[in-house]
Amino acid sequence: MKAGPIRGTGTLAAAVALAAAATACSAPGSDAEGTGGGGGKAAESAVVGIAYEPDSLSPLLGYGKDGNSKIFDGLLTRDADMKLKPALAAELPEVKDGGRTYTYRLRDGVKFSDGTPFTSKDVVFTYETILDRKTNNASKAELDAVDRVEAKGDDTVVFHLKYPYAPFAERTVQPIAPAHLAGRQDVNNGPFTTKPVGTGPYTLAAWSKGEKLVLKANPHYWGGAPKIKRFTMAIIKDDDVRATRLRSGDLDGAILPPNLAETFKGDKNRKTYEATSFDYRTVTLPTANDVAGDTAVRRALDLAVDRRAMVDSVLDGAGKAAYGPVPTDSEWFTKGTRRAHDPAKAAAVLDKAGWKKGKDGTRSKDGVKAAFPLWYLSGDKLRQDHALAYASDAKKLGIDITVKSGTWEVITPRLKTDAVLAGGGAPADPDFDQYPLLKSDLAGEGLNNMASYDNPAVDKALEEGRRTDDTAKRHAAYDRVQRELVKDPGYTFLTHIDHLYVVDDRFGSLTTQVEPHDHGLASGPWWNVEDWRPKK
Amino acid sequence: MARMAGRRALFAVPVLLAVTFGVFAIAAASPFDPVRAYAGTAGLTASQENLDQLRVNLGVDQPLVSRWWHWLTAALTGDFGHSAVLRQPVTEALTERVGWSALLAATAFAAAVVVGTALGVLAAKRRGGFLDRAITSLAYTLEAAPPFWIGLLAVWLFALKLGVLPAGGLTDTGTDAVTAGQVLRHLALPAGVLAVTQLPWFVLYVRQGVGDALDEDPVRGARARGLAPRTVLLGHALRSGMLPVLTLIGSRVPELITGALLVETVFTWPGIAAATVQAATAVDFALLAALTALATVAVLAGNLLADLLYGLADPRVGFDG
Repeated sequence: MKAGPIRGTGTLAAAVALAAAATACSAPGSDAEGTGGGGGKAAESAVVGIAYEPDSLSPLLGYGKDGNSKIFDGLLTRDADMKLKPALAAELPEVKDGGRTYTYRLRDGVKFSDGTPFTSKDVVFTYETILDRKTNNASKAELDAVDRVEAKGDDTVVFHLKYPYAPFAERTVQPIAPAHLAGRQDVNNGPFTTKPVGTGPYTLAAWSKGEKLVLKANPHYWGGAPKIKRFTMAIIKDDDVRATRLRSGDLDGAILPPNLAETFKGDKNRKTYEATSFDYRTVTLPTANDVAGDTAVRRALDLAVDRRAMVDSVLDGAGKAAYGPVPTDSEWFTKGTRRAHDPAKAAAVLDKAGWKKGKDGTRSKDGVKAAFPLWYLSGDKLRQDHALAYASDAKKLGIDITVKSGTWEVITPRLKTDAVLAGGGAPADPDFDQYPLLKSDLAGEGLNNMASYDNPAVDKALEEGRRTDDTAKRHAAYDRVQRELVKDPGYTFLTHIDHLYVVDDRFGSLTTQVEPHDHGLASGPWWNVEDWRPKK
Repeated sequence: MARMAGRRALFAVPVLLAVTFGVFAIAAASPFDPVRAYAGTAGLTASQENLDQLRVNLGVDQPLVSRWWHWLTAALTGDFGHSAVLRQPVTEALTERVGWSALLAATAFAAAVVVGTALGVLAAKRRGGFLDRAITSLAYTLEAAPPFWIGLLAVWLFALKLGVLPAGGLTDTGTDAVTAGQVLRHLALPAGVLAVTQLPWFVLYVRQGVGDALDEDPVRGARARGLAPRTVLLGHALRSGMLPVLTLIGSRVPELITGALLVETVFTWPGIAAATVQAATAVDFALLAALTALATVAVLAGNLLADLLYGLADPRVGFDG
């Protein structure tokens, strides 16, 4: 009895020591096989590190709504140039009735990965469920134009719209869920949200939340079985940890911020990809603010910011100057709306409008000091750097901007009066971005139109842009929006940032798509992992 | 003994009621909006009508007390509700994760008790000596160091510089088969770090307890009777010196839980840590209340265990008045 407990602890200690020794011994050997820039690794599996994880894998709750969900297919999908092409539909839709009805003929012989045939019932089920009030899908407003969805036989689906909505086809990249499975359970919390079944090139092998998502090639995929048999997405929030695990050989590829991607430049076994994006950084200039709401101040700031310097110093060159939500290399960009960095002209604009410089170098007008606060999301280094650079350019002009950091809980109640360093951007259609950003009656709705921008000419052009499918008329409408933004900028657009990815060389030369603000799961060079043809 | 356990269990009922209600009240008073958290990035562009409908669907438009009562009555029938952030039933989320957290905590705790006792005895053997001073100052240093910092340091040293142990996860990223060997290898670093952060308390308590016992009459008597120094140290001094450590074992449970949360985050260990943090920032009432109730039970059980052990180890100590 006396020595009992002590002998017990002794054995336990020995066991722990032994176990520790065993792990320490086995570690280097097994590690050596797995690392070394990919030499000797099976070329048919890929492991990538990403920063964000989806909340759910159910398309009914918003997963993959912008297309490219790997486990699912939409009626349509996009190619490398973001052009729509058929997926579950056999061809692009037939648009009739002045843009109010969209008819899709469905592809023959497609099956869900559980073997059940895909039919028009699944399409109707998917759209009707999303639009159901009981479904907790926060993006359902994107399908606002849909009046009803009708199945005509097994292989035709007709969408009837409430009003002609030009970019509607872009919304039909929405992934389709199987009615026979997802229809029989609680749409918000049922097992389908974590164990999905779709028609896509991959099926879910395992999902360890917060750690990784493992996909397995679907051998019966209608588009042909993928060569990459296993595709693992490790969820690693911290940029440094992601870079570290990439370097240690644990990952084959990862998304990285510019300064960390830079450290892989000399690596012969890895390639760096720069995906251009519609991801802009902008400063909201709230209309209700005495200073930021003044058109002269807005125009002066627009001229005084040094966008080139921001691209070079903040983004290490990985990005380009932004003059509006549309990037300068997009077909929707209006020629002649670039603004040169011209502090002298900016000062003249302010002088003319009556903003006079005081003794301390800050301007004022009728007793109002040219000063306002600028918020950025705390912890976001890129936004912080943008905000500081902006404030420093404004200071030279005589406008005193106080940079503050906070979470959205702190920032949201102040949106009406304070400026915010915001981000956004959706490449599929100019309407997706500009309508919520600039439409006056959306001011104050969530984070739509944060600056409470109110310009009747812009409102009119935005409505025209969405309610016609005549491409020339749409171009004219969005040109008008961009020209109005030069005369009365409610936001100071600063940069469009490139997204950087570093990927192991053994997968050969890869491509990237133009990317939105949100980093979807399947952005980056692995946007078409099902088409990869590994070198070895 | 059974009476004490029964009394404590009865006492746990009001504590649990108060704690879960407190969680609901604090969550309701927090500036975080459960609807916005649920909607995520999609919520940034969602229409107000859409957000209002979500508020109704999620039931967060209900008053605080009725929400809590609803949760409580359902929980009593075994239905802990649905987690809004994880989009799955709370019980399912917990059963998937708690096992891994328990494995991590138990391994670390066992290692900390064993190594801590050993170091404490070594230090107590010759108080003021070189070994004592080395061990004591190490203990004080470790006590001051935050767990996540030690974790990052360990990743840097073992995963980056030496490359002997994986930096995170439950298994190698490339596989999804969970084998014992893989888990053991991945467990080494997080459990080691967690053990190291718990170590100082045991070292210092054992050192003090054993040191004091060495000066007591019974031990001096044993020495005088000519028993071997080893028998005196381990058989007599350690036995009476261990008593305060038993209390400590119980009272370290809360610290172990919070320590485990930080360590799990650093090592992307798939335990309940990530879920806890997510539940808190997303005001996920159901998950948060369940997790808090679970932690409360763990703490109460820890204290009960300590008292029982104390009573068993020293017959002079009774079981509650």
